Amino acid sequence: MSVQASAAGEWHRPGSLAEALDIRARAKDAVVPAAGCTDLMVGWNAGAGRWPTVLDLSALPELNRIDVDDAGVTIGAAVSCSRLANHPAVAGRLPMLVASARQTGSVAIQNRATLGGNIMNASPAADNPPVLLAYGARLTLASTRGSRSIDYADFHLDYKRTRAEPDELLVSVTVPFPSPYASVHYRKVGTRRAQAISKVALSVLLDAGAGVVREARFAFASMGPVPLLAGSLSAALRGRPLAGIDPALVTRALATDLSPRDDIRSTADYRRQVAVNLVMAAIADASAAEARRN
Amino acid sequence: MSEGPVLSFTLNGRVFSAADGTVPSPAMRLLDLIRLHAGQTGTKEGCGEGECGACAVLVDGELANSCLVPVGQLHGCTVTSIEGLPRNDPLVAAFARAGAAQCGICTPGMVMAARALLDRDPHPTLEAVREALAGNLCRCTGYVRIHAAVLDAAAGEGTAGGGAS
Repeated sequence: MSVQASAAGEWHRPGSLAEALDIRARAKDAVVPAAGCTDLMVGWNAGAGRWPTVLDLSALPELNRIDVDDAGVTIGAAVSCSRLANHPAVAGRLPMLVASARQTGSVAIQNRATLGGNIMNASPAADNPPVLLAYGARLTLASTRGSRSIDYADFHLDYKRTRAEPDELLVSVTVPFPSPYASVHYRKVGTRRAQAISKVALSVLLDAGAGVVREARFAFASMGPVPLLAGSLSAALRGRPLAGIDPALVTRALATDLSPRDDIRSTADYRRQVAVNLVMAAIADASAAEARRN
Repeated sequence: MSEGPVLSFTLNGRVFSAADGTVPSPAMRLLDLIRLHAGQTGTKEGCGEGECGACAVLVDGELANSCLVPVGQLHGCTVTSIEGLPRNDPLVAAFARAGAAQCGICTPGMVMAARALLDRDPHPTLEAVREALAGNLCRCTGYVRIHAAVLDAAAGEGTAGGGAS
């Protein structure tokens, strides 16, 4: 379907990915790809009814699938946060993704907002990206030229800039199941518990066999221009005993990894302090979980 | 528009479609269709950006803020707004009994959020009620009476029509 809208651009609502990619290839950035519309419509409404030409992805079967295999879950870009959080494989094996999906605005928002939109909107404060970074997710992008898979950790280049080309669409996100020995932590700090945009959010995947850190990934929201992995912190902790990690070490590593700003929601100083506190709380949790296992 | 628009859905049992002009444009807020075109003004506009829940309706039984739903996405859907609830819905009487409304702007959205909850969880805990209504803001009564009304309606579900005094 493609109809001319009054006081607005065209509204394209293709029924297949091939058709959507054709439109995208022809129009490139002259169309705005849209799915749940929960963020885009805030801007369109503010523009007094001046809507752009929209490529509506909500009716594409290829983007509405959830597939599970032994290695992980592949989630279509147009799957809603509610559907994601209620999926048995996600609920059973990817608890951080359940937590972040349920923090993505209110229930009314979660019912419409999509995982793909939360990624492609490319806000540094988005709720699900830190979890995807910590789990080591990969993205599948497609265009009429073909499809490609890339590590999500390489996707965000700078504020609102990504590796997606103007003729590409995000098709799906593949999230590997973590090792059963890994412990995971997700914590979002906002002004209120429900429905607030984060001041800081942290997602952690920590694998500590015999009390020693084998692999640890710490991913933050609202701590720089993009959702980001704290690589120096991972390197600093690798090989160290979980018990007795010095907060000063964490503070030093995060000074390199994070570049928070003062903005309407918080200050850089507050964010840095909370980031260290959240990391220490995650380490204490993992340490307690490890002690219980032994 | 080579193939002609295929866009048709029901709102409170009435069919709206692009073909007969009752849906003037796909690029239009569901909220505006409900209030301005269907003339059903029970659904309120609070913030217009998905923060307050005053415009909440059910789309295929799921809660949605109608200010953030383009009608172009509704082909084949069933939309229920506050006028589409039966008059004897236990929530209505329970809200009245509990004194859960003051200025009333948030009430239709609150009732729809509560209806979405009770349809999926007929006997929710207070915590579940709080979570289900977390996206609906009230600036008058606060939330205690509203939460109590939902629990009251849940307890009386099946004995609809309890008198509002």
